[in-house]
Amino acid sequence: MSLMYEMNQKALELGVPISVHLDVTYRCNERCVHCYLDHDDHGEMTTAEIKGVLEQLADAGVFFLTFSGGEVFMRRDFLELVEYARQLQFNVKVKTNAVMIREHEAQRLRALGVEQIQISVYSHRPEIHDAITKLPGSLKRTIKAIRFLKSQGLKVTIANVLMTANMFEHAGVQALAKELGVTYTLDPTITPKMDGDTSILKLRIPGKELNQVFHTEALVGNVPEFCAPPPPPGEDEMESYPCSAGHTACYISPYGDVFPCVQFPLPSGNVRRQNFLDIWRNSSQLADVRSIRAKDLPVCSTCSHVGSCTRCPGLAFMEGNMRGPSSADCEKSFQRTGIPSANMLRKNGLVSTAPLVQIQPLTA
Amino acid sequence: MTERYIARSSAIAARMLGGEMMIMSAVDSTFFTLNEVATIIWQSADGRTSLSEIIEKVCREFEVEPDSARRDAEQFVDELSRHGILLISDKPIDNPSTRPTEAL
Repeated sequence: MSLMYEMNQKALELGVPISVHLDVTYRCNERCVHCYLDHDDHGEMTTAEIKGVLEQLADAGVFFLTFSGGEVFMRRDFLELVEYARQLQFNVKVKTNAVMIREHEAQRLRALGVEQIQISVYSHRPEIHDAITKLPGSLKRTIKAIRFLKSQGLKVTIANVLMTANMFEHAGVQALAKELGVTYTLDPTITPKMDGDTSILKLRIPGKELNQVFHTEALVGNVPEFCAPPPPPGEDEMESYPCSAGHTACYISPYGDVFPCVQFPLPSGNVRRQNFLDIWRNSSQLADVRSIRAKDLPVCSTCSHVGSCTRCPGLAFMEGNMRGPSSADCEKSFQRTGIPSANMLRKNGLVSTAPLVQIQPLTA
Repeated sequence: MTERYIARSSAIAARMLGGEMMIMSAVDSTFFTLNEVATIIWQSADGRTSLSEIIEKVCREFEVEPDSARRDAEQFVDELSRHGILLISDKPIDNPSTRPTEAL
């Protein structure tokens, strides 16, 4: 058991929000086709307001702080905010498209002791990447920025979101990451827009291609292990929480709204009106999220994947019920293992009578 | 014996969690948790208080033998300084870390 895991467990037991994702703006210099945000500024928090929130987060025990957006460098005060966060001794991670990072910004990020920079890259080919970002020249600028950041000794991760427009590009992006000496991560998740608009879900990669991704050793490591049928869930799995959202982590928007997670748009309070810790401790919405155990999920608790599924309660919420299934995760579990989820069987009219038993004996 | 002064580096992330201090080096990402005694030493590492005074404080608060406390403290300080988490000097240090890391 790693020290980090132990500290996460301790935070869970103590009810401490050890990780916070803070979007400092929704404005962006790119217009990615799959983006779930509205890029207009509806009244972002000021520099002073964000500094005040950072102080509250430090007092609440937050250790891991992710700055994201929008594009964080659209705020002229972004480096000032990072500097303040570092003075408050947060472990800071920054998510960016890096288009606005030059040598100076890279030097400052290094000098401020930022832990990690995560950068979105969709393809190694400009014609694909720039078509997704709708910003001509963006790939070239992003790669140049990665070189600046690397030359400063910063830890960089390329995040490769997969969608229909780039579903065959992962090997090229992975090779690019290797050439640049940075870490590569892949995410095949396209989420609905924050306002509930699901039109961008048509960009999700089809099942056949998702299946290929999950059976590619270079992406998942040991394929037989990764794609193995789920083991029967034990009592621990049935008593477990879906994820850290609302338990040890939460999300704050540029307008001060607090949500369980960036992917879980359940308004739980606003730091412009209330103290963060008051929201964290007393929000009825967060209390509702925290009350959920796998055994309480009406459909998923009967599913053979319940112990190993990546079920996202936020995506389930956007489908209409935070205790319901997340169809995207049902699809992932199915494409990974070949075993349909309880939700899929239900939708196809094939209600599973003994769903926790994967192989039933021929005779009683 | 030459007196030593210790100061918290600013190249760290740190937070108190249930009586233990979590520290991560921004230089090499090494992650530490400090027990109660080590946390007292860490919190006292303001660059101005000598290590001897800090050890006296530990002895007062935890009722430990001075020799044993000094041996453990020296070992702890050397270990953290190797990761750039604590700065050590034989003179007071002018620019220690900015914010005290108070308990929750």
